[in-house]
Amino acid sequence: MSNIKEAFEKGKAFIPFITCGDPSLDVTEQLVYAMEKSGADVIELGIPFSDPTAEGPVIQEANIRALSGGVTTDKIFDMVVKIRKNTKIPMVFMTYANVVFSYGIDRFMKKAKEVGMNGLILPDVPFEEKEEFATVARNYDLDFISLIAPTSHERIKTIAKDAEGFVYCVSSLGVTGVRSEITTDIGAMVSLVKEVSDIPAAVGFGISTPEQARNMAEKSDGVIVGSAIVKLCAQYGKDCVPYVADYVASMKNAIR
Amino acid sequence: MSNGRFGIHGGQYIPETLMNAVIELEEAYNHYKNDPEFNKELTDLYNNYANRPSRLYYAKHMTEDLGGAKVYLKREDLNHTGAHKINNCLGQVLLAKKMGKTRVIAETGAGQHGVATATVAALMGMECEVFMGEEDTRRQALNVYRMKLLGAKVHPVTSGTATLKDAVSETMREWTNRIDDTHYVLGSVMGPHPFPTIVRDYQAIISREIKQQMMEAEGRLPDAVLACVGGGSNAIGSFYHFIEDENVRLIGCEAAGRGVNTKDTAATIATGKIGIFHGMKSYFCQDEYGQIAPVYSISAGLDYPGIGPEHAMLYDSGRAEYVSITDDEAVNAFEYLSKTEGIIPAIESSHAIAHALKIVPKMEKDKIVVITVSGRGDKDVAAIARYRGENINE
Repeated sequence: MSNIKEAFEKGKAFIPFITCGDPSLDVTEQLVYAMEKSGADVIELGIPFSDPTAEGPVIQEANIRALSGGVTTDKIFDMVVKIRKNTKIPMVFMTYANVVFSYGIDRFMKKAKEVGMNGLILPDVPFEEKEEFATVARNYDLDFISLIAPTSHERIKTIAKDAEGFVYCVSSLGVTGVRSEITTDIGAMVSLVKEVSDIPAAVGFGISTPEQARNMAEKSDGVIVGSAIVKLCAQYGKDCVPYVADYVASMKNAIR
Repeated sequence: MSNGRFGIHGGQYIPETLMNAVIELEEAYNHYKNDPEFNKELTDLYNNYANRPSRLYYAKHMTEDLGGAKVYLKREDLNHTGAHKINNCLGQVLLAKKMGKTRVIAETGAGQHGVATATVAALMGMECEVFMGEEDTRRQALNVYRMKLLGAKVHPVTSGTATLKDAVSETMREWTNRIDDTHYVLGSVMGPHPFPTIVRDYQAIISREIKQQMMEAEGRLPDAVLACVGGGSNAIGSFYHFIEDENVRLIGCEAAGRGVNTKDTAATIATGKIGIFHGMKSYFCQDEYGQIAPVYSISAGLDYPGIGPEHAMLYDSGRAEYVSITDDEAVNAFEYLSKTEGIIPAIESSHAIAHALKIVPKMEKDKIVVITVSGRGDKDVAAIARYRGENINE
């Protein structure tokens, strides 16, 4: 069993997302340690991309801040090397196809494995295109995380059968970002996954409050939160670590 | 490998949320493309609404002045709304209507595709929203007002470089937000499958007509076909039916901006490398880490960091050639055609004219060149005046 899947064995998982290099790679490193301490089970590290078409304004702006600060894929790999000296928490990259493709798919996966990553999420690589990336990821023991959406319907079973690590259940239509309410029948989506696989399903997109987290965790195996955390990074900059730590603790407590 | 490949290019690199929408679109397209009713309706719209077939005009003065090959102009600028964009919009909006959609969204660069979409939406009683880079809403203010006049809502896009690529990103985001009643009328031969195929098929009428008109006028095929390339829709439309005729040179003219050796360029084939963006694998201007480059051209319609996947394939196979034309060369050609033939071409199309000015004088007199004038230049007059240091109000 991959250590990502294992992270779901201890109860409902909390999976925070941060954009690497926002506001700096040093702060990103500190955030990883602080979020682990606050109860995070898996951490999503965003490699910034100039044109993130699946993101709302909050994460788009974080990408721009990080890139203008001079962050590159190689600098992020170096940061992960440092992080891995201090923690074993499962970590996955979340980025866009071109970041991986331009680095060289094999070179990227090999490096990701070497520095100690456990998987990756590419929101612009759907089931039909995943082979190009997933085959290589598998060669290096990295979980290629699949997404399902409220519009997936009959595709859910096909995707889930072939999924690794966990299934990323997109809660709502549209792009990432905080939402006041989530109207999708998450329970129905998760049941379709469970019909064909025992893989964990975690819900992301739009979740920001402990109440939403509790509600989503009741219907799934875990909760993913990005924009609400990235907002704190934007608001407090280099001083964001304690704020993010408190927030992650409150969210994790809500789903325990 | 997925559907919709052109060699290694193309594909469907989009969020899962949109997958069923493109699958549904492909099914509907395949159903209607052979439906006699649909085709009758579309042909009627092409002929009676859009003013097709567009003329193939023998440019006598230009031919005499250049002293080389015979020059013909394919007058897409004479279509209703003033550009080739209407060919695709009539097809796609009619298709969307058959699919039961009530709302269309579109990106636009120069505003020509936005205007064409807004026009057809008005004609067919559809709700229409257009996303346009804020920078472009300034460069093409007249087209913004034109779209509003046609009943469309225009959203200035402020993210990224606030130009065409950001307008495409924002329209894709909006589509993931509202899919059920909404069709995304993509304006070029780009994006995820089936868009590059659909748009090409609706634009292929250009080369179908050129072929027929050329046979009528000259009794033979041309030696070269020239068209400007941003995403590449008028170019693929001009090339498509000639791909099988290997003696016909196909030449795509990219926007070099201030030069391919400067940062201020949008020449994708000349300066880009293979990547994955906006739903497709193709050539893109990007840095070593795959970050998409902020491109530049005087022409808002060619100011895009990528090129359609079928062009990428035609380039790989050597079937089509791609050249780059600077702002300066395009502006000179803009003025040249205005003075020589009394035709003011769009600054986009002027890139193709500019290349003709280079190659036609070197060709034998018995050779024939066709240049597609993809759009009319009225929208560019104020910008060209500014380029020449004259300040005029639009």
